[in-house]
Amino acid sequence: MPSTSAADGPGTVRRWHLLDNSAQLQRLGLEPAGTLLCVHGNPTWSYLWRTLLAAGSNPAHPWRVVAVDQLDMGFSERTGTFRRLADRINDLGDLTDALGLSGPVVTVGHDWGGVISLGWALAHPDDLAGVVLTNTAVHQPPESDIPAALRLALHPAVHGWGTTTSDAFLRVTHALAHPPLSPDIRAAYMAPYRGADRRAGVGNFVADIPVDAGHPSFAALSGVAERLRGLEVPALMLWGPRDPIFSDKYLKDLAGRLPNATIHRFEGAGHLVAEDRDIATPVFQWLADQGTPALPEPAAPEPVAFTPLWDQLGKLAAGPAATGTAVAEMAADGTVDRSLSWQDLERNILDLAAGLHDAGVERGSRVSLMVPPGVDLTVTLYACLRLGAVVVVADAGLGTKGMSRAVKGATADFLIGIDKALAAASVLGWPGRRISVQDLPAARRRLLGVETSLQALARAGAPASATHVIGAADPDAPAAVLFTSGSTGPAKGVLYTHRQLAAMRDTVAGTFGIRPGARLVAGFAPFALLGPALGAVSVTPDMDVTAPRTLTARALGDAAAAIGATVVFASPAALRNVIDTETGMGGSGREALARIGLLLSAGAPVPEPLLAQVQRLLPLASLHTPYGMTEALPVTDISLGQIRQAAADAAAGTVAGAGNGVCVGWPVQGARVAVIPLAADGSAPGSGPSTAPGVTGEILVSAPHVKEAYDRLWLVQRGSVSVPGWHRTGDVGHFDAAGRLWVEGRLAHIVTAPDATVTPVGAEQAIERLPGIRLAAITGVGPAGTQAVVAVVETLPPVRKAGPATPELAGRVRGAARDAGVDVAAVLAVPAQPTDIRHNAKIDRTRLARWAERVLAGGRPGKP
Amino acid sequence: MRVLVTGASGLLGGAVARLLVHQGHTVATFQRRPSGVDGATDFRGSVTNAGELDAAVRGAEGIIHLAAKVSFTGRAAEFDEVNVAGTRRVLDAARGAGVRDVVFVSSPSVANSGAAITGLAAEPADPVRAHGDYSRTKAEAELLALAANSPELRVAAVRPHIVWGPGDTQLVERVLARARHGRLPLLDAGAALIDTTYVDNAAAAIVAALHRMDHVSGQALVVSNGEPRPVGELLAGICAAGGVKAPSWAVPGVLARAGGAVVERLWTWAGRNEEPPMTRFLAEQLSTAHWFDQRRTRELLDWTPAVSLDDGLAKLAAHYGPAGR
Repeated sequence: MPSTSAADGPGTVRRWHLLDNSAQLQRLGLEPAGTLLCVHGNPTWSYLWRTLLAAGSNPAHPWRVVAVDQLDMGFSERTGTFRRLADRINDLGDLTDALGLSGPVVTVGHDWGGVISLGWALAHPDDLAGVVLTNTAVHQPPESDIPAALRLALHPAVHGWGTTTSDAFLRVTHALAHPPLSPDIRAAYMAPYRGADRRAGVGNFVADIPVDAGHPSFAALSGVAERLRGLEVPALMLWGPRDPIFSDKYLKDLAGRLPNATIHRFEGAGHLVAEDRDIATPVFQWLADQGTPALPEPAAPEPVAFTPLWDQLGKLAAGPAATGTAVAEMAADGTVDRSLSWQDLERNILDLAAGLHDAGVERGSRVSLMVPPGVDLTVTLYACLRLGAVVVVADAGLGTKGMSRAVKGATADFLIGIDKALAAASVLGWPGRRISVQDLPAARRRLLGVETSLQALARAGAPASATHVIGAADPDAPAAVLFTSGSTGPAKGVLYTHRQLAAMRDTVAGTFGIRPGARLVAGFAPFALLGPALGAVSVTPDMDVTAPRTLTARALGDAAAAIGATVVFASPAALRNVIDTETGMGGSGREALARIGLLLSAGAPVPEPLLAQVQRLLPLASLHTPYGMTEALPVTDISLGQIRQAAADAAAGTVAGAGNGVCVGWPVQGARVAVIPLAADGSAPGSGPSTAPGVTGEILVSAPHVKEAYDRLWLVQRGSVSVPGWHRTGDVGHFDAAGRLWVEGRLAHIVTAPDATVTPVGAEQAIERLPGIRLAAITGVGPAGTQAVVAVVETLPPVRKAGPATPELAGRVRGAARDAGVDVAAVLAVPAQPTDIRHNAKIDRTRLARWAERVLAGGRPGKP
Repeated sequence: MRVLVTGASGLLGGAVARLLVHQGHTVATFQRRPSGVDGATDFRGSVTNAGELDAAVRGAEGIIHLAAKVSFTGRAAEFDEVNVAGTRRVLDAARGAGVRDVVFVSSPSVANSGAAITGLAAEPADPVRAHGDYSRTKAEAELLALAANSPELRVAAVRPHIVWGPGDTQLVERVLARARHGRLPLLDAGAALIDTTYVDNAAAAIVAALHRMDHVSGQALVVSNGEPRPVGELLAGICAAGGVKAPSWAVPGVLARAGGAVVERLWTWAGRNEEPPMTRFLAEQLSTAHWFDQRRTRELLDWTPAVSLDDGLAKLAAHYGPAGR
């Protein structure tokens, strides 16, 4: 191809190697919808895009795919020149001119090929239909250094040897794949780069990275970066966050430049994301989505008049109750540690908001909150929301590893935390400018990289707060990112808008009758934050919020007594511990609990016997166990009396569909619930929601308080809304003739036996009713469709070693399961079921299934 | 239909012949000893003798071939002569007599290299990787039999997995005898998931294959109860039915496998004809999972097991009776 690049003299012709499926499309008689122009980075070659080439020739979605080897790279010509970024962008234009390539073209880039593909995209607006980016960057965020790995490769002592003389740079790059590349694939990547003379391009590529403004390619790179904001075509970003080079902060930078981009982070995948995961399927799904008009939203829920989350708070601060307690937290000795009146709360929020704003927190800024529930968290949360910032709430219940993954993925701009969280942030490299809760000594501040404190910000903001103008909330702007508990894979970020948070408040208020003036003990974080929004006085009991089972009866009683509580929020694990520690409670606590009118316990099913014990402590309280999930809370509600009625109906067999699962009651105010019936393979492939009694399927919910989206998880989001107007919960269950929902387990935990799709909960409940059984889990071993059903039981007293149950126990368990309609092949006993950290209640079935598979194949039992 | 059953003096062969008689077929049997099957015509002879076979096959429309040397030990040449050459003779005789259908009764061990089998269907027979002379020769014979399948002579292979029932000497009596003498270790804590076949179910499946030749000719099908159980529980169930105290200690599987191999060789060299206490074959059978995908088998045969595992154990207990305990 004739070259017009500055690196070449006039009249120079360059020889390119490229992969192109157009001949194949012709052979198959397929008319492509457009062209994918794929540009590899350093040190790979067009081989990187082979899955896209194959998928492009699929008759279901024919696209021409042209994957180039850049000059001096792959099997293209070794030019003997030093080609800079501007040359390379121009080279690609020369090539497409020579090919006569015209629109619609979607560029696809990886690594530094991403910049070059974008350079081409900006130069060919008439042909451009979209851009796809994988692990790349166009800009070095000012507050951070060049990635360490690249700094090393650029170091004069390393650069020539590491990139050209030896194949070290190639080998290091290939080693970034998770899981490792097979020897064949590794050899294929190495093939064009055997011999130092073939590797000059690799070294030059690295040397062309603009490390500072003085670099010859700096202007070309900033040109691309700046003009990107004007790009109006659809963008897709597929990212492997386990990348030592192009980490999440570069994704964040790109997302800021292309705010409407579709983003999916493949948790666990790395730099070579095209090797680590199937990127062809999502790319072609996305291409197809661009071609089809958005599906009409059928019967969207009635638009609700929007009042911001803090509406009540402001009213109470200005009303007759202004000096009354709004929030309080308890000390270990049973006294009130701290409290704020409504007017103080409002003033503190506004002071802090002003201070945060001066510190750079803006609309859309992401602020990670690592502050335990209590006064500080309440003030900070509402201050951020008032500013239009997005709060990121990754609770310690995810475990250190899960939390670290979550906060890195959410790429917060600011991290507000207690000392412990800031220390973890330092060690684990969590993103965001650091703000402590308390003022810290200078040395500690330097050590933790802390810029300022909430106290300092509030002080700074106070003089200005009266005049500080905060714009009205945009109801449909993002407000919060919460995280799923990760019991079915890595924790997922769930994005809520202000409107949806406000709807959650209204649903809780309406369903449970919680009105301004209510006084609640907040022992369960998600609801606790709603207290001020509900206009309710909130007290945080003395407990370790990272472990719900640390709430004692005494702490609960003290908290209730301190504010004369009318409502209690507590997780099931907390309730269990309250019962276990009942004797430690004082007389005043007991009296205070006796005056509670309403108890809500969510997060996991609460067994009836436990509720019955709780009822003894709270004789006047109506006990409710709402069902919901991080994506929609709450979805349904049921009270203890209704639970008993449901159990009686199931036993009597008088109500069609009653039984086989946990009865979670009726949809809450504003919510619609339905199921998509299960197919024989245990999936829910249909699209027709049903509420017919006895029909088991995946549970769907539609409500104003359902989440907006999964954060940077486009594929997950796409799956969750595949039935238009509904959120797919991933739970399975059915309705009975009385309109009650019965939850039968998770879709992912269905066991597909030869002639039955077994949902776990019904048989588990039957087994747990046997004497001597504490927790049971049904799982399956063997291939889908012909799995053997396995019951894993935790006994009382627990067995010493995990392994097969005794024939006597196995017989009883098998009998109980059979009565519930499930044929069990094997019964295993374990000393303790593996459960999640957040609720201490959800059994890790994936782990259990893997363990059972090993044991029942004849392997050593070990520990599940 | 006139049907010849070879090996009808065994537990399974007898059950097959009885079921055919019960269904109203004209049944002949062929084996060295009397079959003891009422209503069937006995031909006495050995599959090592072509002349004796020809006499028995004459006039038959279908053959169910079960005769085989079934043992954990013995000289390789004997297995070859009975299992491989014997099957070839049966097929030759069938062709010579114009027989229409042959069901070759095989074993899942023909496709088992010793690794755990969890929910697989019938894999191709593999004499090279099969463990032990019995499995190797049955694999060769099955390949031979299925290769003989043609429009004129239709052949199918049925592989019942671990057949047991009242009167069974292969599994039940061995288990009970060893348990009585405290020599039945529970391998790997007895957790391997094992499927078995109650004898009546195996017989029904084999006879179904003969009737469903339109659907199954040229194919091999594994047959089982489709009720895998942890081996410890299974053995305990057999012991309970036989009135013997269940085994209560464990020997690590690897150890038992190695030990079994040594013992097996010693026994063969010494020319002892009693069973060794633990052979590698048995160790493998008891320490790794063996259970199968039965969906295709049931669909093709239009058959489901009539006797559940628990029903079978109850029948076993009734067989041993209070007197047996």
